[in-house]
Amino acid sequence: MYGKRSTFLSVMLAFGLAFFYIPMILLVIYSFNYSKLVPVWGGWSLRWYEVLFQSEEVWNAVALSLKIALVNATFATILGTLAGLAMVRFGRFKGRTLFGGMLVAPLVMPEVITGLSLLVLFITLKQLIGWPAERGFTTITIAHITFSLAYVAVIVQARLTGMGQTLEEAALDLGAKPFKVLTAITLPRLAPGMISGWLLAFTLSLDDLVIASFVTGPGANTLPILIFSRIRLGLRPDINALATIIILFVAVCVALAALLMFYQQKRQELDQKIANQGDA
Amino acid sequence: MAGDPTASDTPWLDTDAEPMVRVRGVTKKFGDDIIAVNNIDLDIYKGELFCLLGGSGCGKTTLLRMLAGFETPTAGTILIDGADMSTVPPYERPTNMMFQSYALFPHMSVEKNIAFGLKQDKMPGDEIDHKVHEILKLVELQDYKKRKPQQLSGGQRQRVALARALVKEPKLLLLDEPLGALDKKLREQTQFELANIQEQVGITFVVVTHDQEEAMTLSSRIAVMDAGELAQIGTPTEIYEFPESRFVADFIGSANILEGRITENSPDHVRVDTNLGEIYIDHGQSVKENSRVWIAIRPEKIKLSKTAPRKGKSTTNQAEGKVDDIGYLGNTSIYKVRLNDGLIVDVTAPNQVRPKSRSHQITWEDTVYLSWDPSSAMLLQK
Repeated sequence: MYGKRSTFLSVMLAFGLAFFYIPMILLVIYSFNYSKLVPVWGGWSLRWYEVLFQSEEVWNAVALSLKIALVNATFATILGTLAGLAMVRFGRFKGRTLFGGMLVAPLVMPEVITGLSLLVLFITLKQLIGWPAERGFTTITIAHITFSLAYVAVIVQARLTGMGQTLEEAALDLGAKPFKVLTAITLPRLAPGMISGWLLAFTLSLDDLVIASFVTGPGANTLPILIFSRIRLGLRPDINALATIIILFVAVCVALAALLMFYQQKRQELDQKIANQGDA
Repeated sequence: MAGDPTASDTPWLDTDAEPMVRVRGVTKKFGDDIIAVNNIDLDIYKGELFCLLGGSGCGKTTLLRMLAGFETPTAGTILIDGADMSTVPPYERPTNMMFQSYALFPHMSVEKNIAFGLKQDKMPGDEIDHKVHEILKLVELQDYKKRKPQQLSGGQRQRVALARALVKEPKLLLLDEPLGALDKKLREQTQFELANIQEQVGITFVVVTHDQEEAMTLSSRIAVMDAGELAQIGTPTEIYEFPESRFVADFIGSANILEGRITENSPDHVRVDTNLGEIYIDHGQSVKENSRVWIAIRPEKIKLSKTAPRKGKSTTNQAEGKVDDIGYLGNTSIYKVRLNDGLIVDVTAPNQVRPKSRSHQITWEDTVYLSWDPSSAMLLQK
């Protein structure tokens, strides 16, 4: 009976994996297609990569997306960490529940609403104070920070809650003033959470199409906006090439992360072994 | 003070001595209805190893945290070395704490952990190195200074935590269940080490523990706490042999507690009528005749024999019963003896003679006679 079930499970697993990866594999294969028409096979070629590398529009979009993602991730991490610290370490301040609710609201708010409301805000601001004069990098970055910081705050909150307060109390007890405790104990302990938060904010920003579409202006195309606008005119082989490069990039990142985790676990096991010798 | 034998092992008896810690009317409430600590007065003297002993939720840790400055008293004052602590934050108090979980900084080596407190005082680097070296020698961890806490065993971590708190030479060292996370064998060994270290450094220790054995071995004095209040303060002997209430008699060690009524009350003896018959106590106590009292008798103070002891001065108090159950602990055995009226009395007896056969001298359903010295029964009024 166990054997039977295992066959069933294997089939389901294969089916699931195929569902995930066949489209991607197809996309990669077609990126090497000579033919201009995506569904028609015209033999292997690097032609579309050449086209892609020569397209200034694509590189501008990549540069803009990366710039937005970097600035967004950094600001979101700083603000999100501060918000998380306030939620977990400042006790029951007045309006804490409201603040907590408002902090996570962007997580559940439909993107269309977030995008639209921000657009209205930017237009109103421009009429009132003349800033932002032009929609583009600044407006997209601000929009991204508003929702990314919610994710960072959630991660930081979880990590802080898990850490408990004993280490901070120990540092206070040893004579460290509160600011010193923050820099010497809390932040180093929080670093893994902040790094995950930063990476998540970075990815979310790179990924975002809907909100960016609302708040962008003429000439400012992020990569997702560019890809989407081109696809609307029909499948294009150079976009396949671009997608293949992105897939490769992501795969390398995932592999590096796995390797890092593997070594970390090895080190923990080693520490444990060293520790066990102690009482012998 | 080390060279002065009169400034003494019992500073609490010296009426002129200025206490290191003076707790007056301290109450701590959490919210409106949880009273963790209720109106406590307490004096702790220099060089003492003082234990706060009690079950979980008795307020001992809250009291310790108020000494450290992590909690503010709802009412009352705390003076440390004469200075009022009510507005002093933890980082400015002359106290250091050893945490139950040790709270070692995982991202710092043993050396850095210990140096952390000294660095906050802006001490010069070579002086820090010297102090860290000295303290590591004291706790015998010289070879481990480069290790991270997660590379240490439980016992080693405990010593690092102690060293880190000691190295600042506080006026008062607060220890929250210092041995709680160690296994039994290591704990027994560490108890003595801890007491030795305390004697060497001469710092006043306040130890929170729920383990009465630990408190008895370590302390100069013990404060037994119950439901946020002090039940009794005294030396281990006072607490054990002269408990002031049923709670203390029962919490420290075990005791057979009987309810009774005073039938005779004279300056040199007392007679109490209980379910065990009339009990004779050979010392006077200020109690009213006919008042309700309790008698506590320690199980090890009752003699057990298979033959009826001859009536004499030391065997005035007697009872007869059947062995209901035996708990064999190796060095001693606990006998549960059912008396004729159904009352069960615990008796412990040392196994001083190795039994000749595999069976024991006294066994289940044997008729046995209990007797105890007139001084052994403790008269309790609450």
